[in-house]
Amino acid sequence: MTDFALTTFSSKGKLLQIEYALNAVAKGDTAIGIKAKNGVVLVVEKKQSSILVEESSVQKVALLTDNIAATYAGLGPDFRVLAQQARKLVKKYDLKYQEEIFVQTLSRELAEDVQVATQRGGIRPFGVSILIAGYDEEGPHLVQLDPSGAYYSWKATAIGKQAKNAKAFLEKRYNADMEIEDAINTALLTLKEGFEGQITPTNIEVGVIRDDHVFRILPPSQVKDYLEELE
Amino acid sequence: MSGIFEYNGGSIVGMKGKNCIAMACDRRFGQQMSTITTNYQKVFKIQDNILLALSGLNTDIHTFYALMEKEINLYNLKENRKMKPTTFANLVASALYERRFGPFFVTPIVAGLENGKPILATYDSIGCKSDLDDFQVGGTGGNYIYGACEAFFKPDMNPEELEEVIGQSLVSGCDRDALSGWGGVVYVLTEQKLTVKILKTKQT
Repeated sequence: MTDFALTTFSSKGKLLQIEYALNAVAKGDTAIGIKAKNGVVLVVEKKQSSILVEESSVQKVALLTDNIAATYAGLGPDFRVLAQQARKLVKKYDLKYQEEIFVQTLSRELAEDVQVATQRGGIRPFGVSILIAGYDEEGPHLVQLDPSGAYYSWKATAIGKQAKNAKAFLEKRYNADMEIEDAINTALLTLKEGFEGQITPTNIEVGVIRDDHVFRILPPSQVKDYLEELE
Repeated sequence: MSGIFEYNGGSIVGMKGKNCIAMACDRRFGQQMSTITTNYQKVFKIQDNILLALSGLNTDIHTFYALMEKEINLYNLKENRKMKPTTFANLVASALYERRFGPFFVTPIVAGLENGKPILATYDSIGCKSDLDDFQVGGTGGNYIYGACEAFFKPDMNPEELEEVIGQSLVSGCDRDALSGWGGVVYVLTEQKLTVKILKTKQT
């Protein structure tokens, strides 16, 4: 640990480390989130470097609590650390208030940890953008959390390699009256648009939360059904 | 210090009614056998729909109340919403247990209305929450008030009846307890309003 900050301002008023972190995110596998009026869906590419990799051992959609989950684009290990920190934040809140934490509250508290990494001595910013999806008392939520610590609520968004194209595609397809089933189809279509190669039930991961407030990561069999529907 | 919980004296009681709750306390602030003042506040309005009553060591009553005020204010600002009575009830328990090995010498009662439904919770000084009963007492005159409550209480009383019953229970109890009394204050909370009434007890 050093005493001095590694992330310091450039003469143009930029924090280059954060810009570079965003570059790392832009190189990462695409992740898409869509908020419907009765649920939220997250889909993420799970491109493996080799056919020898055990696909089921890689989990890109992490459950943070029963009704909130997250996925990412960027550095996998950084996401793992933040997901664990988020789970601890949820439990800390639960111990204090014995109440379900709001998605906005969790996002804000996690964002503080991410911001600290841009200012504290001796550490680098996190190299991930995270998509947090959840359903709480206020309704469905989709929040994007960037390496800078800034967080934004979205109706639909994409992060990673295909972010730009995917968002353009989503802007045309999204409508506020979408039901969760439409949202799942739209999310898969959007991912398919920019997908390199064949999309299969094992090289993507899909997570869904409906108004029952229970987040479910779909097993490959269910993903297969949705993909077939797309044809 | 024979009994740090008895040093200042004082009694509190909370009761559930039909879509309303009531809280009552005495007004004495003493130092063992001396009475210092007869207008000490022991029931606090934490939020429009939450009341917190505290009995025990007066300095801790004040400090714990200030701590809860701080918590709820920060919560309102951070979360941009009001705190639910059940959430506040849990917060009190956590806050008390946080000081497990250097506790606040208070026994709180929390009462509130959550979507019209009455909430009542009581605790020991280290945060053991109990929300099972229709009335709860605390303080040096507690046991005397219990007797009166058992006799007068019936479930689902309207605000006027509740005010009468809790007032009489408090007065009966405090009149027997040497360390409680010198007046009583009754708070009745409904969805629409909070009424506060000052009662006379045996002036001794």
